[in-house]
Amino acid sequence: MRIRWEEISKEKLVWMYETMVKIREFETVVEQNFLRAEIPGFVHSYVGEEAIATGVVANLRKDDYITSTHRGHGHLIAKGADLKKMMAEIYGKRTGYCKGKGGSMHIADISIGVLGANGEVAGGIPIAVGAGLAIKFKGTDQVVVSFFGDGATNRGAFHEGLNFAAVYNLPVVFVVEFNEYASTAPAREMIPVKNVAVRAASYGFPGVTIDGNNVLEVYEAAKIAIERARHGGGPFLIEAKTYRLKGHFIGDPELYRDREEVQRFWKKEPIGRYEKFLLKNEILTSEEMEEIKRKVREMVMGAVEFARNSEFPKPEEALEDLFVDDRGYDY
Amino acid sequence: MRIITFAQAICEGILEEMLRDERIITYGEDIAKQGGIFGTYKCLLEHEEIRERVFDTPISEEVIYGSALGAAIAGLVPIVEFHFADFLFTGITAITNQIMKLRYMTGGQVSLPIVLRGPDGVARSAAAQHSQSIETIFMHVPGIKVVVPSTPYDAKGLIKASIRDPDPVIFFEHKSLYKIKGPVPEEEYVIPLGKADIKREGEDITIIATARMVHEALKAVEILKNDDISVEVVDLRTLVPWDKETVLKSVKKTGGALIVHETWKRAGWGAEIAATINEELFGQLEIPVKRIGARNVPHPFSPPLERFVVPNAEDIVKELKSLF
Ligand SMILES: Cc1ncc(C[n+]2csc(CCOP(=O)(O)OP(=O)(O)O)c2C)c(N)n1
Repeated sequence: MRIRWEEISKEKLVWMYETMVKIREFETVVEQNFLRAEIPGFVHSYVGEEAIATGVVANLRKDDYITSTHRGHGHLIAKGADLKKMMAEIYGKRTGYCKGKGGSMHIADISIGVLGANGEVAGGIPIAVGAGLAIKFKGTDQVVVSFFGDGATNRGAFHEGLNFAAVYNLPVVFVVEFNEYASTAPAREMIPVKNVAVRAASYGFPGVTIDGNNVLEVYEAAKIAIERARHGGGPFLIEAKTYRLKGHFIGDPELYRDREEVQRFWKKEPIGRYEKFLLKNEILTSEEMEEIKRKVREMVMGAVEFARNSEFPKPEEALEDLFVDDRGYDY
Repeated sequence: MRIITFAQAICEGILEEMLRDERIITYGEDIAKQGGIFGTYKCLLEHEEIRERVFDTPISEEVIYGSALGAAIAGLVPIVEFHFADFLFTGITAITNQIMKLRYMTGGQVSLPIVLRGPDGVARSAAAQHSQSIETIFMHVPGIKVVVPSTPYDAKGLIKASIRDPDPVIFFEHKSLYKIKGPVPEEEYVIPLGKADIKREGEDITIIATARMVHEALKAVEILKNDDISVEVVDLRTLVPWDKETVLKSVKKTGGALIVHETWKRAGWGAEIAATINEELFGQLEIPVKRIGARNVPHPFSPPLERFVVPNAEDIVKELKSLF
């Protein structure tokens, strides 16, 4: 794919750097604090996949929608979610996005178009299709992006979702984060084609395979797909090849792959690569990058402080929010 | 007797059956590479002779469960892991509309030796889509036997019976029980499906429970010790068929019943047992049949909320004290 980065504004190029750094820092701190037993439940790290959320969302407006996965922190951060409310939710506090009811796997911010992370693999795909339907009926030029992993492309919901979106020509961009593993299962053993992008062809719309660790390449592909969807062109499938640098979840013993493989992929991680590009083309200096990192670290530490200092919800609050009239109906 | 974990007990049961019967295959997500996410397949990995019959699948639940039906019709004995009970929902039609009906619809032409097994239940903030206890659903729809063991001993005996059963069986292993330890004999044994076990004898009231709630009930009895309430604890072990005889006999003896389940209280399986006790023992009870179950909301993530929603020993104690 030809990358015309000269056409991207400096502001956007810097935003992409800052966003990737923000995701990396957030995930690093969450991992540390999870291992210190400050955080309950499961946490799935997005480390190494930052370029995908960033490059895609760089093309979205605030009123566009995304659906996310169990590995959703990066998508949310890119879409502009509040780090404090995210962190508080991950800590199970009442100041969190979901008042402590959701946790890491279920964070949502409907006000910025984040229709929810999802604990069910491929669970976001039908939701994205539905949001696409709504856009069509409302007649707006919004777009929906659905993020999911390679493992999700084996579920019926994926195939049904692609077909449905094609039949009704919906403005949905499907983004496969091909990170080589679905929990313990290597993609090479569970997917009989080399590139899942070919699956789009069976539903009559385009699919492309790109380097998901190159944020500019992700940006370019997403631009084409999103502009097309916005102007009535219908669905698109982007397969972004990347690698899950951390275990499936924090604490995963990772008995199913060797460390040497992981080390090899660390050399291709997206942030270092982008830094080289930014330096070479004199978009940012090392000092400026350091300054961005320092600011981001401060912001993430602020989020941790906020989460730590927030209260847990009161037990009875468990009975709230089931229905709009909020009477609990606990009988 | 040896002391082993619940997870090991399940694994041993499956292993022994697989070594005995070449028709048995077992598959699901994340089982063959590191022995299952909760270690229930670890012991299988050491046995080269069965390795081929233990394999991972794509994340394709409708096909994982549905294929068990095809495999069984064509002569195999599939044991399928459902990964998390919550993901039974992503393939529910294969179970409720296909597996559970085929024998009946065909006028008994086939027997379907299928075991669907895996973890369920609440454990440490897994949140709404990874915490559900959904055994009631399979009790409601006819066509599958439902097993809910509480100890390593029971787990091993019941998994072996389930594998040998000619009908479909769904086998729920509570996540929080995998690590508990208990005595399991070296010698082979099988526990028939449909036989409850009295985990503790008592005179004043019968607690009817399954899985983790059996342990909470026993804890409650310990807490109560000095309060002079003598509690009998009946562990149903299987919900379909459930052991009506043992339950009614015990309730007749004690004159009261408290049903404790982790699944939602509203229309949970306890309602069925309570209604049956009422139908059969009306006039012979000293107190009304009571039920404890989860509050009727999805499972929240935050620890204080989660603790509030699911029942525990203290809730049982409170209920018992209010009754006497
Ligand atoms: C329907 C469903 N089946 C199984 C699971 C258990 N599970 C959680 S994540 C996961 C692997 C997902 O792999 P992939 O879609 O490639 O996403 P990744 O974790 O690699 O980002 C599995 C099997 C689930 N959450 N939902």
